[in-house]
Amino acid sequence: MKKEFTITVYTENQIGLLNRVAIIFSRRKINIDSLNVSPSEIEGIHRFTILINETEEVVRKLCRQIEKQIGVLKAYFNLDSEIIWQELALYKVPTEVIQEKAYVERLLREHGASVVVLRKDYTVFEVVGQRQETDKLVEVLQPYGLIEFVRSARIAIIKDSKGFNQKLREFEYREPGEEVIENEYLNQQKEVFTY
Amino acid sequence: MVSEELKEVKKDTALIENISGSEIVIRSLLAEGTNVVFGYPGGAIMPIYDALYDYQDQLEHILVRHEQGGIHAAQGFARASSKTGVVFATSGPGATNLVTGLADAMIDSTPLVCITGQVFAHLLGTDAFQETDVLNITTPVTKWNYQVTDASEIADAIAKGFYIASTGRPGPVLIDITKNAQLQKIDFEGYQPCNHIRSYKPKPTIRHEYITKAAEIINQAKKPFIVFGQGVVLGNAEKHLEHFVNKTGIPAAWTILGAGALATDHPLNVGMVGMHGNYGPNLLTNECDVLIAIGMRFDDRVTGRLDKYATNARIIHLDIDPAEIDKNVQTTVPVWGDCAETLPLLSRLVKENSHNDWLKRFYDCTKQEIEKVIKPEMHPENDVLTMAEVINILNELTNGDAVIVSDVGQHQMVACRYAKLNTSRCNITSGGLGTMGFGLPAAIGAKYGAPDKHVVAVIGDGGIQMTIQEFGTIMQFGAAVKILILNNQFLGMVRQWQQLFHDKRYSFVNITSPDYVTVAKGYGIEGRSISQREQLKESLQTMLNHDGAYLLEVMVGKENNVFPMVPQGRGVSEIVLAANEI
Ligand SMILES: Cc1ncc(C[n+]2csc(CCOP(=O)(O)OP(=O)(O)O)c2C)c(N)n1
Repeated sequence: MKKEFTITVYTENQIGLLNRVAIIFSRRKINIDSLNVSPSEIEGIHRFTILINETEEVVRKLCRQIEKQIGVLKAYFNLDSEIIWQELALYKVPTEVIQEKAYVERLLREHGASVVVLRKDYTVFEVVGQRQETDKLVEVLQPYGLIEFVRSARIAIIKDSKGFNQKLREFEYREPGEEVIENEYLNQQKEVFTY
Repeated sequence: MVSEELKEVKKDTALIENISGSEIVIRSLLAEGTNVVFGYPGGAIMPIYDALYDYQDQLEHILVRHEQGGIHAAQGFARASSKTGVVFATSGPGATNLVTGLADAMIDSTPLVCITGQVFAHLLGTDAFQETDVLNITTPVTKWNYQVTDASEIADAIAKGFYIASTGRPGPVLIDITKNAQLQKIDFEGYQPCNHIRSYKPKPTIRHEYITKAAEIINQAKKPFIVFGQGVVLGNAEKHLEHFVNKTGIPAAWTILGAGALATDHPLNVGMVGMHGNYGPNLLTNECDVLIAIGMRFDDRVTGRLDKYATNARIIHLDIDPAEIDKNVQTTVPVWGDCAETLPLLSRLVKENSHNDWLKRFYDCTKQEIEKVIKPEMHPENDVLTMAEVINILNELTNGDAVIVSDVGQHQMVACRYAKLNTSRCNITSGGLGTMGFGLPAAIGAKYGAPDKHVVAVIGDGGIQMTIQEFGTIMQFGAAVKILILNNQFLGMVRQWQQLFHDKRYSFVNITSPDYVTVAKGYGIEGRSISQREQLKESLQTMLNHDGAYLLEVMVGKENNVFPMVPQGRGVSEIVLAANEI
């Protein structure tokens, strides 16, 4: 059965790696729902967060293909239940509508929107939340002259208390030539984060 | 008093030379032990060729007639010699001509380092003359690729390239060097080989509990069966395989790229698996209770329909590439690691055994195959020559010591099925990609990789015409390749499928040929064409004895088919021995 999976990939900061990772999906005609790439907490290491809708078997195979690429340190995959995830959405609305219609302001408050920029002609709100929430506000604002909307890719953090930081630091301090125990963890996902 | 430390510094500074990026390329290759390069010059790689001019006595350069020929030659060289093949090509069309070879080397795990010239760095992205986005074109077909825009990166990139190409599961690497980097002069402190990259793990850690588990399963097996592939050859694990097979008494079959890793006349070698493999190993795949796959990747040409593959077996898969485990066939025990390391560990734990009743089943199948297929092909009742009898006599004359390089098609299947092979690295063929045109250039490279052996290129009348320009390379550099054209006047393999699966609607498969002997003569290559059985042995002997390259064209039956066959979409045990069984 297809489910939503979040794939987390740690890579070197190298030109061309984004392409190497992306073509693993496109070659298999798999759509990437969202993709975020940014520097991690360790200098020189980047973190990809990739959202796809696929079966677990396919996702496991994709992760092995990703890990195989030179420049990739590690690829993990998780179900939504295993992660805390958020997206950031920005909404541009005419300022006059908010001023005139008090209930619009109430609506915005109800959706946890906060003001980023306030101008005479328009106001920009932001909402941090999950897809349904940010989608909902688009729907709500549409009749009031929503000028522009943009949403970031998903970013996610692991629920397990240990997380990746420790593991990443190990990469950083690893002496050349020493064996790294990895790969095997793909087979026992559940235990990955207890390590 | 000058301190010891400063003396060291003095020594170091003495080694620093101010040289061009191009010269660093050549020095780096020499430091890696490269002694032959297959290449073709052009504008964007001219500085490297200029540097090469001064190193001709140390680094032999074979000027091919087309870059595709160059990369196939490097592949043949690598596969015959176990060294990394090196290719030079210029930017744009030179680089794009490498793509087929890169894809071929990628899927067949062949270690290559390709160096392409690129336009000046400041012209990148401007659609400059002969600029193509080589990195992005080649990303899916390289194990690693990298663009160098500064001379200071060259030595490191080449070191990394050789390390990546040759370790773990080998593969092709492409390094694209902009012209300014080639021309730039820098202080060169000497070449440092690479032996570690933190984000690249050539060999997965061996899990001993899996070895133990695998041994347990093997020890209990009633009908165990081994299928080995090129992983055994790439890991130099042939002896370990032989020991394992001998100790356990398990019948062993091979994939097309595993050919020769266990001598073909070893009593436990039960033949080739796959679409045109032998009858027994295909049929009995579905009877075995344990399948031990060693260094192979369950290609669809091997497995046929997956849900009808190894239906009664628990699967033990030994492979160095974790991405291969469970990719196509779900394993019971994944034995990650280089089989040169895992096989000896496994051998220690398995008990000495024999499986004579089970082995006899394979022999019984062989008898049936001999009766229905092999005998009629080897000893036809009419005058028309068959491909099989040509290979059979070749075996007789070479005694299995030649390197057989084949192209793609019926002749390839016949060559692989019938060639007698005493050792590995003697059967070079395009397995995964099935690249027509591979044979001739790969044979040229193989001759450089195995100069003391006879190299026989078995090629169809279609494939030879795809890269026939490499006759020019043979002419100029004298590679003593024996070119054996098996001419059936058809694109035989496609014709076979049209006959069997498209109601004999022969759509554009009758291909005409030039007078090959005359063409060869034009290139200074001696040759002969025959069509009579009486001429066969004597002409093959002449070909082998001839001092230098030789072309022998054998006119064979036009509409012979390769059998047995596992028709596409069927299970391996649905293998048929003749057309009327389909
Ligand atoms: C580059 C390329 N183009 C097309 C094919 C498809 N193909 C596979 S076998 C074959 C026929 C080969 O004919 P020939 O070289 O005469 O060999 P034969 O099968 O007759 O022995 C063709 C066209 C291929 N494998 N490679």
